Amino acid sequence: MKQTVLYDRLNGLGGKFVEFGGYLMPVQFSGGILQEHRAVRSGVGIFDVSHMGEFLLEGERAEKEVNRLFTNDFSEMPDGKVRYALMCNDAGGVIDDLLVYKVNAQKYYIVVNASNIDKDRDWILSHLAYGSVFSDLSEKVSMIAVQGPCAESLTGELFPVLPKGFYTFIFSEFQGKKIVISRTGYTGEDGFEIYSENDLIVPIFDEILKRSESYGVSLCGLGARDTLRLESAMPLYGHEMNETTLATELGLDAYIKKHKSEFIGKTALLEKKPRYRRVGIKLIDKGIAREHSAVFSGETVIGEITSGTMSPTLGIAIAMARIEKSAATDELTVDVRGKRLRVEVTAMPFYKRVKRG
Amino acid sequence: MSNLKFSATHEWVDGSGKVGVTDFAAHEMGDIVFVELPNVGDKITAGKPFANIESVKAVSEVFSPVSGKVIAVNDALSDAPELINQDAFSAYLVEVEITAYEDGLMDKAAYDELKH
Repeated sequence: MKQTVLYDRLNGLGGKFVEFGGYLMPVQFSGGILQEHRAVRSGVGIFDVSHMGEFLLEGERAEKEVNRLFTNDFSEMPDGKVRYALMCNDAGGVIDDLLVYKVNAQKYYIVVNASNIDKDRDWILSHLAYGSVFSDLSEKVSMIAVQGPCAESLTGELFPVLPKGFYTFIFSEFQGKKIVISRTGYTGEDGFEIYSENDLIVPIFDEILKRSESYGVSLCGLGARDTLRLESAMPLYGHEMNETTLATELGLDAYIKKHKSEFIGKTALLEKKPRYRRVGIKLIDKGIAREHSAVFSGETVIGEITSGTMSPTLGIAIAMARIEKSAATDELTVDVRGKRLRVEVTAMPFYKRVKRG
Repeated sequence: MSNLKFSATHEWVDGSGKVGVTDFAAHEMGDIVFVELPNVGDKITAGKPFANIESVKAVSEVFSPVSGKVIAVNDALSDAPELINQDAFSAYLVEVEITAYEDGLMDKAAYDELKH
């Protein structure tokens, strides 16, 4: 089992660890998931996300490569922007969902899910055209996420210049060494993700923590990361999607540019009609619908829950489900341990932050 | 708390037949957000699951340390399941008319020993 370089710090700060994506990661700290969740919604939370994978793709043809490997369109993308995309197989199934950072048209960083690093690297290497240079930086790069309405003030104490727009990034410096700061995250709040070489992340983390006391800060684990992303209806690989999920069944069509020239999976996605769709679910009856619970329309099973929890912000149970596109949704129930709980389809995201200013 | 008996699966039962989970179990589960209890009149069996406790992260079965008929359930938990996190030994789940105890229930000293 791998550990991130922040393991000792987080262990000393009360982290409770579980295995995730091949890494030993904190699921929560002593204050508990609800307190961590609320800190991110109202103040600021700090996450170790060093388990995530980082790749570098360089070369004259780099722009062509990202356009061919991933579903989004990167041709009109300004330098310094970040874009979400899917990586599909030839059948249109999802190999991974990821972020693409454009340094320039010859240089892109790609950030992928921890559990998919090996498979993504193999896939990209076997589909890369001659003349492009690919490096897997995952073992050398660490990352922390600073998320919440106070993230800008807190991060700004260390780094006077921050990326201004959401989904943009800049190069910065810490102790004379180059780092990357992006205005991104997986919580539905404003926030930053800071990438550095492994050893440097420890002093960055210490410095942020030292300056964070006046901000209503909490260290956060994977538990809060999950409730936060679920309220924001962000899909999680391995739950909402996998290699057998057709990319067009996810409600992510804004990130699948079917009109652009050739990309892997395009033919299948144009030919195959989506049979399922991703929907937001709100429970009417008391209880919690969790992953794999069957969803019924009347007496017919029409799909299953892919993620579910009690929403700390809304105080109700919410879930995402994969259901048949054609199914009627006026009388839905979910099977929870043999009991049928009434649910209804609701708009996503479940929670949307109020933008200030 | 001196008349409490404890199970190896971290439940307690007191002299009046009230049954709950221990502070250790509550702490391990984390923030409790929903409790599913049996109905009054249901028969429950020692060593068998009779309730489910949902924390933010997962659902846990609760095993009964006694056999008997449920004569009351703690309705307060319906609106405030977090009472179990706050004080696991006053936030009972059900009250049981006990006909038998699970084998191997422990006193506090023996249970404290088990936790370590």
